Amino acid sequence: MSIFIDSDTPVIVQGITGKMARFHTKDMIEYGTNVVGGVVPGKSGETVEGVPVFNTVKDAVKETGAEASLVFVPPPFAADSIMEAADAGIKYCVCITDGIPAQDMIRVKRYMRRYAKDKRMVLTGPNCAGTISPGKALLGIMPGHIYLEGNVGIVGRSGTLGYEAAAQLKELGLGVSTSVGIGGDPINGSSFKDILERFEKDDQTEVIAMIGEIGGPQEAEAAEYIRDHVTKPVVAYVAGLTAPKGRTMGHAGAIISAFGESASEKVEILSAVGVTVAENPAVIGSTIASVMR
Amino acid sequence: MDIHEYQAKDILSKFGVDIAPGALAYSPEQATYRARELGGEKWVVKAQVHAGGRGKAGGVKLCSNEREIQEACENMFGRTLVTHQTGPQGKGIYRVYVEAAVPIAREIYLGLVLDRSTQRVMIVASGEGGMEIEDISMEKPESIVRSTVEPAVGLQDFQAREIAFALGIDDSMVPQMVRTLKGCYRAFRDLDATMVEVNPLVITHDNRIIALDAKMTFDDNALFRHPQISELRDKSQEDPRESRAADRGLSYVGLEGNIGCIVNGAGLAMATMDTIKLAGGEPANFLDIGGGATPERVAKAFRLVLSDDNVQAILVNIFAGINRCDWVAEGVVAALKEVQVDVPVIVRLAGTNVEAGQRILAQSGLPIIRANTLMEAAERAVGAWKNDLKLGVNVRAV
Repeated sequence: MSIFIDSDTPVIVQGITGKMARFHTKDMIEYGTNVVGGVVPGKSGETVEGVPVFNTVKDAVKETGAEASLVFVPPPFAADSIMEAADAGIKYCVCITDGIPAQDMIRVKRYMRRYAKDKRMVLTGPNCAGTISPGKALLGIMPGHIYLEGNVGIVGRSGTLGYEAAAQLKELGLGVSTSVGIGGDPINGSSFKDILERFEKDDQTEVIAMIGEIGGPQEAEAAEYIRDHVTKPVVAYVAGLTAPKGRTMGHAGAIISAFGESASEKVEILSAVGVTVAENPAVIGSTIASVMR
Repeated sequence: MDIHEYQAKDILSKFGVDIAPGALAYSPEQATYRARELGGEKWVVKAQVHAGGRGKAGGVKLCSNEREIQEACENMFGRTLVTHQTGPQGKGIYRVYVEAAVPIAREIYLGLVLDRSTQRVMIVASGEGGMEIEDISMEKPESIVRSTVEPAVGLQDFQAREIAFALGIDDSMVPQMVRTLKGCYRAFRDLDATMVEVNPLVITHDNRIIALDAKMTFDDNALFRHPQISELRDKSQEDPRESRAADRGLSYVGLEGNIGCIVNGAGLAMATMDTIKLAGGEPANFLDIGGGATPERVAKAFRLVLSDDNVQAILVNIFAGINRCDWVAEGVVAALKEVQVDVPVIVRLAGTNVEAGQRILAQSGLPIIRANTLMEAAERAVGAWKNDLKLGVNVRAV
């Protein structure tokens, strides 16, 4: 089993009529993802890549039984779209949009707490590359062909750095159970810890690779969780050793503003709980291989 | 986006936070005139730069007469102020704020931040005002009071009262403190700030609570809905290369080293910088050109990186996922033909169609140093840079 999505999961794309969304909808369908529809207010009745467009997420869920959603909506409206998905009973939502105001995300997180934890939608992102369970389904913008199907669970903030890791694994003949992007924003849907929890329970995942970066407390929180709850081997890489304090490095969340947020401090915290740290990005793949049975 | 102290004070005062009377000046003459207008006997002249630590760096002067104001201003205008927050290059002083001096009885630290752990707005306060919050948390952590705000209802009176009592504010001034805290919170929420810092918030001898300094940072992603805040942008306080990059949709941060980087994706860009360091070099910049590395973007990136005189070698690291390496390679070749590049260029491509990409680079006839892995690329970049230095052929290393 992979986590979050498999080949049967019915998926809708919010904002499906946009240029980027159309391109990636086609790509996802070609990969084998079960895309069943799209949502754009006022465009009900149209079709994109052969799937119907609905006015509301509720309509889409009612007509197609959609369980997962991919949000491609522009930043000013993205928070609203995520809340719409949560309200319509979507179980898993990936938000690709980069540039959502932080306070909108605070409101989204608060809104989602209206639902009991077992009924609450899981959100990953925003500002991420998406989620892929190789050989099964792709919910995002990553190039599917760089992933082999296998037993490494990947969770990371960055898109291309995650591709780098997957490509290194493929080179070594190793595959991925699921790769989840949690995104580079300061307020995100799921944290490293949330995803580690899933990988720990997932039969297909044997090793977990965590790709972090400077900024925020989530790597340190993950370390605590690993120490207390994770039995599978964890490999980590943390980007930004050379990043200066107080400067935003591309991702809105990649900024060292407090103690414990620099790459070297995170490496130290993770090493202390038994995580195998890859010294540099060129050896992420080989470090993972070294801990596999 | 950062704004100046005088702008932050103007905003906070509109939300019910009390400030001392003050006015802005663009010249020493205007500053003395402003002081005369304000009246009183003592004034503080404050350099307006986007950085903290101005007092220690000589950017804040207490003056008792016009001659002192004139002198203080002459020492500020046109100078660059170097504080522990500006970096060695400092920030230019083009505006000063003249403020009536306030009789201070007590200084308090007040900060509002986006707390990433609770994913809420957090209020941080301490009785140790005037100190930097980093120093307070090291030296007097027990003095810090924290309170998180439930986003659905906002900051409640009881929370503000709790903070006031914890700080030992006199009962008679608690309502004033509640008004101040709620004003700061509303300014934060309504204007999409990511940080509001009032340090110090002072209690005067005549029992007033006044924001003596104020700093606000706004969420760049929310500026689209606050045009009045966007207008407060002061480009003189930004690194010119960074603002130029931002205007072109590129994400750039200038650093001290001499190996320039052109990378797609923020995480990969940081990882590339780290690898350069491991290989024995120092990165000159962070640069994320975005997912799709189009020829136009690559050309823009080369121009931008080369505008830094310290750059003596350039490492291009592109992971072609959705697009293809052969296409990226064509872009790199086109950019190198168009832009005069006078330093070694090391290119590492990975992802789709990598062999075709390498072939295009090899057959271009351009002196491109190719690499297969990230480590190899970094080693070759550092090697080429050192070799050029040894041979004395690097036109930029003089």
